[in-house]
Amino acid sequence: MIDREQVLHVARLARLQLTEDETERMAGELSSILDHIERISELDLEGVEPTTHVVEVANALRPDIPHECLDREVALSQAPARTEDGFLVPSPQA
Amino acid sequence: MIELSARQLADAIGRGDVSAAEAFDAYRARASADDLNAYTWVAPEGSAPSNGDGPLNGVPLAVKDLFCTQDVPSQSGSRILEGYLPPYTATVVRQLAEAGAPLLAKTNQDEFAMGSSNENSGFGPVRNPWDRDRVPGGSSGGSAAAVAAGSAPWALGTDTGGSIRQPAAMCGIVGLKPTYGSVSRYGMIAFASSLDQAGPLTRDVTDAALLYAHMTGRDACDSTSLEHPESIVLPSAERLDGVRLGVPRDMLAYEGVEPGVMETFERALRTAEELGARVVDVSLPHAEHALAAYYIIAPAEASSNLARFDGVRYGLRRDADEGLLAMYTHTRHDGFGDEVKRRILIGTYALSSGYYDAYYGRAQQVRTKIADDFRAAFADCDLIATPTAPTTAFKLGERTGDPLAMYLGDLFTIPFSLAGLPAISLPAGLSNELPVGLQLGGPAFSENRILDAAFALEQAIGFEPLAVTA
Repeated sequence: MIDREQVLHVARLARLQLTEDETERMAGELSSILDHIERISELDLEGVEPTTHVVEVANALRPDIPHECLDREVALSQAPARTEDGFLVPSPQA
Repeated sequence: MIELSARQLADAIGRGDVSAAEAFDAYRARASADDLNAYTWVAPEGSAPSNGDGPLNGVPLAVKDLFCTQDVPSQSGSRILEGYLPPYTATVVRQLAEAGAPLLAKTNQDEFAMGSSNENSGFGPVRNPWDRDRVPGGSSGGSAAAVAAGSAPWALGTDTGGSIRQPAAMCGIVGLKPTYGSVSRYGMIAFASSLDQAGPLTRDVTDAALLYAHMTGRDACDSTSLEHPESIVLPSAERLDGVRLGVPRDMLAYEGVEPGVMETFERALRTAEELGARVVDVSLPHAEHALAAYYIIAPAEASSNLARFDGVRYGLRRDADEGLLAMYTHTRHDGFGDEVKRRILIGTYALSSGYYDAYYGRAQQVRTKIADDFRAAFADCDLIATPTAPTTAFKLGERTGDPLAMYLGDLFTIPFSLAGLPAISLPAGLSNELPVGLQLGGPAFSENRILDAAFALEQAIGFEPLAVTA
């Protein structure tokens, strides 16, 4: 179960605005999904190592050689707003 | 030329029966005339390559929208990336272009690959060419529909929990989900990074082998990629003598499996036995918890990956005049669809303080148990067979109101994904005039074995594909 308040809390953490209707609907839908997910609490997993990654790759390093990176103009070309040499964002104070 | 498989078309171009440019133009015309909403972009007129350099001879390729293609819209099915033009091309798309498979078109998909029906696309649902009132499956629904309808010779998709295999099954074509790490993920717009893997969707098993053979390899830009220990060869097996085919009966006991799907599956097993295979029971005791573990791990990784869509560097931006926080939250509200929002919320919840151990930590332990189950099962068998999906293609709108019912469609594909194992779906027959897929999975890097067995079965089953007409 997840209630309205929890949905709003999680939405704030995820930087996601939800309307009243959406909050209501999500609380219902997420609860039924979480009910299913809760099934993993039935298992005895004492001492089982977690799998973070399925293939064994250790320290995949490359030689530390400088190489060309993305051109600034190319990197900025898709930005919704920009300054001459950077991304432009609204003030956090507004 | 449209009725030729990709391999046959490559041979025809090689012989000089048809030129690479003619082949490209013929498919470009077909893709442009598509009425299934399978495409989000088709190459403009005049972009046909002048020749077919490379071993694939110029057979054009349709590519799922989520692969970055330089200066070509790459939107991952999302309005938040509408019109986004990446500054570079995904490694696997570049590899295939260099091997002689030029970019024909980008295909529609569920938004950020989250879905099993293609109804979650920001650019509208895709229709199944077998029955236009039904879904093509998802998330690589556009790729599957395009190949089944013959508007592309072959296509690239991605599979996180079943997104190549399930649409391939529902559209009556072949789809291969390779071993995790065997194909570079560089330039794939990420959904769940520990699960995402690119693979081919093709008209037959030979085409899948041919395309996959040019996709593998270690990439300096993806530190999780690995060199495949075998070179991929075109399949040729006629018999299955000595092959032990494991069937996880406990997993198949799920009540939601359609009788027609089960009958088709059992018939395929009998065909395998006639070819010399030995069918044995195997047990995957933790598979029943795979779906739950998956719907923690994948949304958790997605909630982190999708944090980058914030209206700053690319894509949609809303309400910049209301301050930074409002810009973030409104941009994400307007840009993401419902399913993406659901998964971001589940993932953020599962990773949030006080819940991490109970959800994400336990899900990762379940993942270990599932991988152990497979290791034990493969001591007693060479390949594992299941139906690809519990049902055939369902009607558009039928499951959109019940997210969990939609998720249950991935029941048989998800365990292989969590263990990083390769699996193929090939057409096994029809149930109520709709295609049923047979899934064959094997140990890590056993693609050659899987492709060989799938080829032998394909020849024996003799599935009649959708008639492709000029």
